[in-house]
Amino acid sequence: MAQQAEFNLMHAPADLEHLYRQMLYIRHFEEKTLVAFRQGKAGGYLHVYSGMEALCCGWLNVIRQGYDYVITAYRDHGHAIVLGTDPVAVMAEIMGRKGGTSAGKGGSMHLYDIKRGFFGGWGIVGGHNALGAGLALAAKYRGEDRVTLCYLGDGASNAGVFFETLNMAALWQLPIVFIIENNFYAMGTALERHAADPDLSKRGIPFGIPHERLDSQDLLQVMKDAERIVEHVRTKGGPYLVEALCYRFEGHGAADHDRGLYRSKEEEQEWLKRDPIKLLEKHFEENNLMTREKMEAIDEEMRDAAERVYAEADAMPHPDPAEVYDNVYSDMGPEVGH
Amino acid sequence: MSTATLTYRDAVRQALIEEMDRDPSVFVMGEDIGKYKGTFRVTDGLYEKYCQTPKDWLREPFHPELNDGIGRRIIDTPIVEPGIVGLANGAAMAGLRPVVEMMTMSFSILALDQIINHAAKIHYMTNGEISCPIVVRGPGGAANQLSAQHSHSIEGWYAHVPGLKVVAPAFPADAKGMLKAAIRDDNPVIFTENPGLYGIKGEVSDDPNTLLEFGKANVVRVGKDITLVAYSRMVHTCLKAAETLASDGIDAEVVDVRSLLPLDTERIFASVRKTHRAVVVYEDWKSGGFGAEIAARIGEHCFDDLDAPVSRVGGLNVPMPYSRVLELECIPNEGNVVEAVRKLG
Repeated sequence: MAQQAEFNLMHAPADLEHLYRQMLYIRHFEEKTLVAFRQGKAGGYLHVYSGMEALCCGWLNVIRQGYDYVITAYRDHGHAIVLGTDPVAVMAEIMGRKGGTSAGKGGSMHLYDIKRGFFGGWGIVGGHNALGAGLALAAKYRGEDRVTLCYLGDGASNAGVFFETLNMAALWQLPIVFIIENNFYAMGTALERHAADPDLSKRGIPFGIPHERLDSQDLLQVMKDAERIVEHVRTKGGPYLVEALCYRFEGHGAADHDRGLYRSKEEEQEWLKRDPIKLLEKHFEENNLMTREKMEAIDEEMRDAAERVYAEADAMPHPDPAEVYDNVYSDMGPEVGH
Repeated sequence: MSTATLTYRDAVRQALIEEMDRDPSVFVMGEDIGKYKGTFRVTDGLYEKYCQTPKDWLREPFHPELNDGIGRRIIDTPIVEPGIVGLANGAAMAGLRPVVEMMTMSFSILALDQIINHAAKIHYMTNGEISCPIVVRGPGGAANQLSAQHSHSIEGWYAHVPGLKVVAPAFPADAKGMLKAAIRDDNPVIFTENPGLYGIKGEVSDDPNTLLEFGKANVVRVGKDITLVAYSRMVHTCLKAAETLASDGIDAEVVDVRSLLPLDTERIFASVRKTHRAVVVYEDWKSGGFGAEIAARIGEHCFDDLDAPVSRVGGLNVPMPYSRVLELECIPNEGNVVEAVRKLG
């Protein structure tokens, strides 16, 4: 009960305004990354988070930021922003600039900020799940009460290394929450066509891991669930598995131009009704927490903020070609004489 | 500080013990390394030493009642190489120093993704923000009739990858000094131990501060007529060959490269510039093995110093056969080296 009271307190109208701003900011930020891609200022693979904002805003505002560990796959912009990484550095990294989070060495898929407990940003489907369990192992080894949040996609839930990781996480009772961001498509392959059992929460069953399938578009619900589950893992230890039902409004990546190849317009329209931003706006209206005018003003403000971030990042220099060898190793340059 | 005569196996174990005693963030994980004592008995005694009470942990664990499964600092794992190395990577990113034992280096092929796509690239992808100080160690190369899936030398594959360091010591003293250095290194290190070397003996310093820097080749036999370049077990093969050649009046210099990445090319080149001939000897498949890289570099940098083409003696390009007769046929021996030298004229 005490926790619930704390939760209610935390979600006083002012805090909800902050969360609303955060979700809108990510939405506009992502729109600008797509602009960068179309203009040739961002290359490679770019995976935007539009439509899934409640998942990073919800969970990451519940953990102890900077203390708890967070790791995710390549759809990682939102996580970095919520954890407090300078958005200009994030945009600059997406544009491959020197001022980026990895000085242009990582790109969109490889954002990191360990001062804020953010361990990336990984491009091999399924591979980072083991790293997440390793982070949790380190916390347990040291006797710390850190919780690790390991986000993964529905596609990654089929990977062998994920099952290996679940086994060890349960065997050693590692303090980690696996959050399967089930947006129903592994790239362009629908859930029913890639998973023998599309109820991905059941992935926890063989290992005795507590597991839940949760609707994850309503920010308030996400936060309530996150609060309860993080508290459970922090105090009782052991892993937890969440299948978070969500939907990406854009394609798999910026280069995915024809979503009609694998999903219908009707389906997209249905999910747009459950846009996490719209749901929060509905909550504001129903409870007289914010006027429509104010929402529009905030939306405009966040759009402008994203514009400024874009312009600022775009003004940054590209890396010097001489930097290409920097940090291959921590203590030496690459081999000479090649 | 004095020295003691130790086997290679005991030298590796002593390095693990000294580093675990020195630094509480060092721990060992792998298949059957605890109660079973390790397939090659390298970790014999570690479970008993480090896993008897929860107090062996750095601090009282946060949930002491839940910690029994981990086995404290010696972690027996399931047989899942990608998972093991992946967890080690994550723990290393968070500041620990895991030493992962591979039951054989052939099995590390399963973990190539975690070693190459993750460990080796973390530091670069984060522009130096995150380090991954893991050591992946274990037997690499043929033992006695372990056949095709347990016997190969794949250190050359790892030496292909920027971001990894790869070492292959031939002597107990080197094994101890280099493993200690590997554990303290902030980069991922592949540490390969030829199973044929575990029983050999040598003088080893008992000074816990004796570390061996990587990238330093060692001239283990001084000679003036030809340079034999090798690492790991093939150093011993070359030393035997050198004795035979000496009776023919050929004075061979044997260079033990010890570390493939970084590679001490200057020491190799200096020897070649003195002897004007070189044979590179390696147990790995001859085609595309690391000896080919060494030979190519000698060719690139010492062309004017050479009186004959650089020659290579490598393992046969076949999956390792089971039959002892056939297995021995695949591994370069003293006779192969002597023959290669004689062919150079």
